[in-house]
Amino acid sequence: MIPAAGQRNAPVRTTGAFCCRPGGAGRAVFLGFRDILGLLGTAVALGVLVGCGPADRADLVIHNGPEPETIDPQILTGQADGRIASALFEGLTRFNPTNGLAMPGLASHWEISKDGRTYTFFLRPEACWSTGEPIEASEVVWSWRRAVTPATAADYASQFFCVRHGRALVNGELRDPSLLGAEAVDARTVRVHLENPTPYFLELAASRVFFPIPRRAVERWGDQWIRADPLPCSGPYQLLGWRVNDRFRLQRNPRYWDSGRVSAGRIDILSGDNPSTALNLFLSGEVDLISDRKIIPGELGPELARRPDFHRFDYLGQDFLRFNTTRRPFQDARVRRAVAQAIDRTRITTRITRMGERPSAAITPAGTGGYQPPSGLSFDPSAARRLLAEAGYPGGRGFPQVEYAFNVGSRLYEQTGVEIQAMLREHLGLRVELRPLEWKTYLAEMSALNYDLIRGSWIGDYDDPMTFLDCFLSDSGNNRTGWKDPRYDGLLRAAASEGDPGRRAGILREAETLLVEQAVPVTGLYSHVGLYAADPRKVAGVWPNRMDEHPFFSLRRIRP
Amino acid sequence: MRSWVIRLAAVPVLLWAVATLCFFLLRALPGGPFDRERAAASREVEAALRARYHWDEPLGWQYLRYLGNLARGDLGPSLKYRNHSVNDLLAQTVPVSLSLGALAFVVAMGLGIPVGVFSALGRGGWAEATSSLLTLLGVCVPVFVLGPLLVLVFALGLDWFPVALWGGGSRAVLPTLTLGLYFAARVARWMREGMLEVLRSPHVQAARARGLGEAAVILRHVVPVALLPVVSYTGPMLADLLTGSFLVENLFQIPGTGAFFVNSFFSRDYTLMMGMVLFYCLLLQVLSLATDLLLRWIDPRIGS
Amino acid sequence: MSGPASSPGRLALGRFLEDRLAVAGIVFLALALLLAGIGPGLLGVDPDRAGESPLAPPGAGHWMGTDIHGRDLLARVLVGLRISLAVGAVGAAVSLLIGVGWGVVSGAAGGRTDAWMMRGVDLLQALPTVVWVMLGMTLFEARCAGWLAERWPAALPALRLGAMMICLGSVSWLTMARVIRGQTLALRERPFLLAATALGVPPVRWFLRHLLPNLSGVILVYLTLTVPAVVLYESFLSFLGLGVRPPQASLGTLIADGASQLNPIRVRWWLLVFPAGLMALLLAALTSVGEGLRAAFEPRGGDGPRA
Repeated sequence: MIPAAGQRNAPVRTTGAFCCRPGGAGRAVFLGFRDILGLLGTAVALGVLVGCGPADRADLVIHNGPEPETIDPQILTGQADGRIASALFEGLTRFNPTNGLAMPGLASHWEISKDGRTYTFFLRPEACWSTGEPIEASEVVWSWRRAVTPATAADYASQFFCVRHGRALVNGELRDPSLLGAEAVDARTVRVHLENPTPYFLELAASRVFFPIPRRAVERWGDQWIRADPLPCSGPYQLLGWRVNDRFRLQRNPRYWDSGRVSAGRIDILSGDNPSTALNLFLSGEVDLISDRKIIPGELGPELARRPDFHRFDYLGQDFLRFNTTRRPFQDARVRRAVAQAIDRTRITTRITRMGERPSAAITPAGTGGYQPPSGLSFDPSAARRLLAEAGYPGGRGFPQVEYAFNVGSRLYEQTGVEIQAMLREHLGLRVELRPLEWKTYLAEMSALNYDLIRGSWIGDYDDPMTFLDCFLSDSGNNRTGWKDPRYDGLLRAAASEGDPGRRAGILREAETLLVEQAVPVTGLYSHVGLYAADPRKVAGVWPNRMDEHPFFSLRRIRP
Repeated sequence: MRSWVIRLAAVPVLLWAVATLCFFLLRALPGGPFDRERAAASREVEAALRARYHWDEPLGWQYLRYLGNLARGDLGPSLKYRNHSVNDLLAQTVPVSLSLGALAFVVAMGLGIPVGVFSALGRGGWAEATSSLLTLLGVCVPVFVLGPLLVLVFALGLDWFPVALWGGGSRAVLPTLTLGLYFAARVARWMREGMLEVLRSPHVQAARARGLGEAAVILRHVVPVALLPVVSYTGPMLADLLTGSFLVENLFQIPGTGAFFVNSFFSRDYTLMMGMVLFYCLLLQVLSLATDLLLRWIDPRIGS
Repeated sequence: MSGPASSPGRLALGRFLEDRLAVAGIVFLALALLLAGIGPGLLGVDPDRAGESPLAPPGAGHWMGTDIHGRDLLARVLVGLRISLAVGAVGAAVSLLIGVGWGVVSGAAGGRTDAWMMRGVDLLQALPTVVWVMLGMTLFEARCAGWLAERWPAALPALRLGAMMICLGSVSWLTMARVIRGQTLALRERPFLLAATALGVPPVRWFLRHLLPNLSGVILVYLTLTVPAVVLYESFLSFLGLGVRPPQASLGTLIADGASQLNPIRVRWWLLVFPAGLMALLLAALTSVGEGLRAAFEPRGGDGPRA
């Protein structure tokens, strides 16, 4: 697939739906040749032309955070991208807006085999695309096969690792996608064979990469199918218009199987990444819902969390520290443990983040999938000093100067760095330099193991400790610490094939203890707190939940 | 006349030079468009992604491919916004930035020139004091303070204007002022400077001696010549205004091109970044030509 | 014209000293320099030391209050002043030297030389400032900083600052060159300069004695615009993670930090007012000194150009 050609052939969705282009824009420049006054005149005329934006307010206006990179459900990775895709498409299951667990979506019901390795989904007879064609089992299977084909370049194809042959197909060890453990039994029945019993598979089936996509549009338009006009949608809404860095305009999909529950006729989803602006828009009533923590000003968190129209909740995210275990001085586990014990995490959460984050030296947030992580190495400066002395640096003497790297983007990261720097100086006598990095440099340095200490954070993809713990497998691309331990890999493998939930949790706990108390290539700082803004007197149908899933189908504007 | 033909002919050469410089400089940066927080599902998936954007080819081939597409006016696919080509992104955002920039230009000139003129004429008096206070504030209050201040007072406090977003008449007021005041202060300083220089020159004394009224002297003999430094400044200023301002667009959530200059750099969206630079370059050339023509029109002695 | 007592310089100095505003300006600038130099030492408070009272309003313990880490704002403003003065002065000087040199040569030479020199400016200006500076700083960090860190680890922060000043200076000279060239083009057709050229005045003397005095107004205005522009640009860079490194502070980064206080929920005014106020005072002083200088060197009566 040649993208340039694809892009030329793709049916470019007109932005004209709600955007009026000032016709004289190009001319203004050239009039300037003659006369400065002419230029001024044209500019004034232009100003009048500008006045044709989206004057009519949609039923609901939602602030969604940064402009999505793509809304193709198989390609996207961002949270903002996913929220749009979930409004337009649906999986066999969907997230329950009250608790983030799976509930029936395109499939009305399902059966799970005794051993937990075979799922049979029954599609609703009325399930169809917004363009009228029915959604059939074969289309679901075709979509999944496309997702695991490496050429599709789906970053989230790893979600299919639990499906039989999924891993081998994504890794390119198997070439024939029809080997994937998913089959269309008949037009309405999809059967999935899993490698291991996977307690969170119903939630996976609700995630974006498992959404069936319209086969005919994809075959016609290639990888730019998402810009087909009209776009066949399976979700509660269909796409009316998309203007980059401005908004998506969606309209209720009358062919959606549950369209009776969708009460907003038209919604506008704004894209923007300035938190103060998002807050101002919300406070002035132009925005009904801010759906992303990242676009609510962090430094106002404590004040906002007290208001009735801001809602905070624990969610599946963790901030932590990565140590470079391939380089002096952090190739010594004692040094890593010393640093982990010299950090007063409560000081970070009470001084900097200040939104009731839970300090945690583990990697998995407490309560993920009902699991309790080990406590990790707690703050103990004298133990830390002893460990450091044992490692050959009594009182920090002889310790090389190290750097703590972090990505710029939020003041919080820098402020956390300043606190860590101060604590390591205070408790261990270490000299730590702060090294702010812009995003891509940060990622490149982290992957190349070109750092001493670096900020890390992870957002869980599903409500299970595995989504955090499998980052640190020896061969994981997300490891980025240089730490490899076959014991750890073995424990995670054992947990994956364990059918008994209690025993499985025990094995995972053992693995995490090894990770955050003994080897310590990483040490946790705090678990994230989610936040969304919605005035309960104006908007209904949004609930806090660990998955930070606030699907748009249940949103309703309360009319006075 | 010949020199103008040469200058026009130089534009494509300049574009090529800038494209080449930029292409190789960008590739020297650490990190790349496909470095992501979440590692790709597998090496094969990552390789497929690279192959899709011809990233697996030698750099020289990629360069030639880019130039070939450029010659056909195709700026290539955006590496970050994967459902958009760069041409598509520019087509959507350029009109917005042009409108905002033109409005801000009106403010900058409409406010800057009179303030400059009056402060030069009323030297030492209250007019000068007021105008120098205004220009001082314009120069030393950065956009990221001025903008939020205007929003706080006029949108959230007094509720005269919307707080953000682009659209109908009143929405344009605050972003235009934020962007315009910054440049108005500079224009006022240059204008005042030009006025002071010209007021001392012999041809003004001569005009006065011929018995022309003071107003006529100022309007016909002083202001046009005093505009010279302002006009020199106008070309680059207008290019900056029309290609959008990152801070203003970010603050008011305006879907213009300004955000791309910074964001494409940080996301290593090389094709978008180069598209932005080439667009800026082209616009600047056009404006620079226009400025020089304008200078000659005001003062025919130049370039004769 | 006899004796040093009545030399033009002395006369100008006398006139300058009569201008009270300008004198106040220069006194303030001197004071700021002094403060930046010895202030942090005198105060004896570590600007990077986290304290026990974060976000305290101004009071007896902390005259300007504290920031989120409990660091003393006064101490940070003083060290920030030091860095910002250095960045502003060096950045402006770099751009001034290159800009005036380039503009005068281009304008005075005219013809083909002028055309080529201006195309050079075009080429550099064709890269948007922000792109140029981001590229420069990122490449410095990626390609040079590691190499330098091995050789002169102690000097690295200063070198990084130097790289930033050069980056900023090297983009801001372009406008200067354009403006100076425009002025030179206009001036060189004036009778007094035509006369000087016709009389065969040597180029250096022609420039220093005849052209430069007539450009001084433009140059002063430019300086009063460039210094703040460079200082503020630095804060923009820091905002993007490419400027001074935390926990170091500059006036620009302090103002950028304080700007987040402009919100409808809760305002901690001291975080914005003190650094921004100091910045405004500095620039006001700079402007009044510039004005005073110009007035001092401008012959009274205003008859004819200064030559």
